[in-house]
Amino acid sequence: MVEPILKVEDIHKAYGKTEVLRGVSLHVLPGEVIVIIGPSGTGKSTLLRCINLLTPPDKGRVWLEGVEVTDKATDINKVRERIGMVFQDFNLFNHLTALQNVRLALIKVKGMPVKEATDKAMMELEKVGLGDKADNYPAELSGGQKQRVAIARSLAMEPKVMLFDEPTSALDPELIGEVLEVMQNLAEEGMTMLIVSHEMGFAREVADRIIFLEGGVVVEDGPPEQLFTKPQHPRTREFLHKLTELYGEHAESRTRRRRR
Amino acid sequence: MTFVRDLVFMWEILPELLKGLVVTFQLTTLALVTGVILAVPVALVRKYTRGPLNWLATAYVEIFRGTPLLVQLFVVYYGLPELGIVFDRFTAAWAALFLNSAAYQSEYIRGAIGAVSEGQLIAARALGMKPLAAFRWVVMPQALRLALPAWSNEVAYMVKYVSVVYLIGAMELFTRGQIIISRTLKVVPVLLEVAAIYIIVVVAITRVMDYVEHRFSIPGLETSGMRREF
Repeated sequence: MVEPILKVEDIHKAYGKTEVLRGVSLHVLPGEVIVIIGPSGTGKSTLLRCINLLTPPDKGRVWLEGVEVTDKATDINKVRERIGMVFQDFNLFNHLTALQNVRLALIKVKGMPVKEATDKAMMELEKVGLGDKADNYPAELSGGQKQRVAIARSLAMEPKVMLFDEPTSALDPELIGEVLEVMQNLAEEGMTMLIVSHEMGFAREVADRIIFLEGGVVVEDGPPEQLFTKPQHPRTREFLHKLTELYGEHAESRTRRRRR
Repeated sequence: MTFVRDLVFMWEILPELLKGLVVTFQLTTLALVTGVILAVPVALVRKYTRGPLNWLATAYVEIFRGTPLLVQLFVVYYGLPELGIVFDRFTAAWAALFLNSAAYQSEYIRGAIGAVSEGQLIAARALGMKPLAAFRWVVMPQALRLALPAWSNEVAYMVKYVSVVYLIGAMELFTRGQIIISRTLKVVPVLLEVAAIYIIVVVAITRVMDYVEHRFSIPGLETSGMRREF
């Protein structure tokens, strides 16, 4: 029996009278890739933010590698070093070059010497295929490049788990592929990933499990084959049907094309 | 011949006026530097705290932005001595200018902090940065760049605002000019010369500030050409 690397138990979160999360629990095993899908406003992003306490949950507990994140005695900054997060709108630091973006937290959080941090940052940039953009500022990069720098920035901290909050939703269609490819490589290397995404093709191909979240609860949780071919819950079927209508099969073909 | 005589006269009084200009520079620099030292905490308190401290900071800013600099100057120089707090002319001039400038500068900085998107702070926190570190390394470098155009306006204003301290007799440029006028009764040449000195100084400062803005500009954070009023 493998111990889960990340455990989320009975998370509740309300904004005013609106209950966004109404008791979400999940276990994530090391190396597992989980894609969270569901209609907008259903608490997917809030769930990710509750895991690293960017949004503190009203109720419920979170553990990372057996340490309770939600415990008041836990230093949340130390925990966040080990949970990477990638945002829909990149949030690269606008006043820093790609390289400086990647190395800032290495220097200021991990206390790494500048030289060492620079080398490591360069290595991470090369890994996402952006070694030649090291000295460019975010404003000089395309959306896809920005998101790859953001991924490199997270990876440089050597996180145990990566959270992706709709990483391709703000991208032009032709730029989505390059980001998904980086994520797919990461999955193949064994990174534990929790991804909120509408990229069904990617989910189908890369995910070990898909979680369908709606109305603040987990409606269905299972391997992609099960959700896509014989969903247990009528709402799941309805939602997937709607997505296919919206995005068509081309959402799928984007990663298919890149399959090796 | 009058014209030539005036030119010679203007040349002769130049050293005296320049002595006044030095005082103008001293007051300007002191007021701006001490002003920014007070402005940053005031901006932070107004931006990030609630409660009494915030009210206090807000009241301070509103009072100093809402009343004429001249009134502030007179309160400091003529009002406070009645409470037993006595300043010499230069200190009184500095105190009024500094408190006035800090109120304005805190608003420039507060506006600039607000213009840095919240996602920047969130991303920094997500990497494990503590709030102050995130502010120091991510928010502040961007906010200061955004505040630069407003700040360079403040420098140009301040050089000229300093002339109000003539009314308490502090020996800056304009006061020197007035003294020469009362001594020689040559009104127009003196005023023209004083005005010319102001123009040269302000144009020079503007050029320097443009260079500073250019020097610190970053693609995507350009501010040159813009004059921001928060």
